[in-house]
Amino acid sequence: MRKIYSDEIIESICKLIGEISFTLPSEVKNLIKNAYMKERKGLGKEYLKVILKNIEIAEKERIPVCQDTGMAVVFVEIGPGVIIDCGKYKSLENVINKGVEIGYKENYLRKSVVSPIERENTGTNTPAVIHIIPSEGDKFKMTVMEKGFGSENCSFLKMFSPGAKKEDIENFVLQVVKNAGPNPCPPVFIGLGIGGDFEKAAILSKMALIDLEKGSSRWEREILKKVNSLGIGPGGFGGNFTALGVKIKTFPTHIAGLPVAVNISCWAHRVKSVTL
Amino acid sequence: MKIKIPLKEDVIEKLEAGERVELTGNIFVARDRVHKKFIELIEKGKDLPVNLKGEVIYYMGPTPAPPGKIIGSCGPTTSSRMDKFTLPLLDYGLKGTIGKGKRSKEIVEAFKKYRAVYFVTFGGCGAYLSKFIKKIDLIAYPEFGPEALFLIEVENFPAIVGIDIYGNDIYEKV
Repeated sequence: MRKIYSDEIIESICKLIGEISFTLPSEVKNLIKNAYMKERKGLGKEYLKVILKNIEIAEKERIPVCQDTGMAVVFVEIGPGVIIDCGKYKSLENVINKGVEIGYKENYLRKSVVSPIERENTGTNTPAVIHIIPSEGDKFKMTVMEKGFGSENCSFLKMFSPGAKKEDIENFVLQVVKNAGPNPCPPVFIGLGIGGDFEKAAILSKMALIDLEKGSSRWEREILKKVNSLGIGPGGFGGNFTALGVKIKTFPTHIAGLPVAVNISCWAHRVKSVTL
Repeated sequence: MKIKIPLKEDVIEKLEAGERVELTGNIFVARDRVHKKFIELIEKGKDLPVNLKGEVIYYMGPTPAPPGKIIGSCGPTTSSRMDKFTLPLLDYGLKGTIGKGKRSKEIVEAFKKYRAVYFVTFGGCGAYLSKFIKKIDLIAYPEFGPEALFLIEVENFPAIVGIDIYGNDIYEKV
């Protein structure tokens, strides 16, 4: 059995938050650079130029890339060979939230979390959205995503019937991106969750957004091509780059249904993992 | 084109959707929470805490200023959420709004009627945009946290005319 202490977890979360708020993952930066090189002349291309400048300033001066430093989404993969010593925090959930609270405070990030009806700010950007995933051995891996809501608000879930074709799923994605237009800050990343049940599809669509570094499948490339033929372009100002990536995650589903979730992320896609 | 705020009628007339502009002057900063509050005050027949005549509202909620900086990250939020609150404010003399994204057909018509302008600025570029802000003051509602009402002084703040007084909408052209 391997013991992991609360302090290690808190420190690691703070560190991840301190990194992703100011420095985008290198694959995200490379995709934006590539889009800038290839985008046709016009306002869309000019916007990409400003984005690159913004990324540079954010990194150099440690000013958050975007003022919407998101709601923190934390995935924890944990094997049976790990014991968490939560100490005074009592639960892993409390430990993670403590890490998020300190990370947002120390890095001068915006506290954007409010009670849903009264809209009272919790003042700490907690609670985070936490997903615990059972894993193998003594694995303990955390992935932190700062999920902005300009793009989150453009996400959708649809319960298809089993008769639905791949084409129907594609059309759904295209409709979601089209409806969103300029609002989610394109060029976007698209996480597609297919199968499971209602909430499984949604979680899959968010998890798909983590896997950007992995090579894309033929269907992912086909969807990306179709999305980019919409012409919405960077910032919705027109152009060939409406999306930078499409990732699909699937899971077996029920004979009577086919849940499909589309989770949209803005170009400022902030995500990073650490294994303890 | 360089533009001074408060917006003057002769300047507003010249603006066309799609044009790049640089804004200089004082701008109010307000998003969902302040808009909701303003509408509540208007419905109750009470005065707003500020005079909006000729003024511009930037839909934004900044990150806290780190030590040695005037402001943190300060890019635009999605404007369409403010659509349902905009008409009464135009009635109060508001002449411009700054945000990102498309607005409803009703708002395009309202900007025409009230001779007001919608500016779009660069979504997600809050670090870059912070360079054009010279000063920030808290005006009201500190309890709203990042959603409080602020006044900022901007110099050559980059934007694009999104909707002009002739009913042209930059996103319709795409």
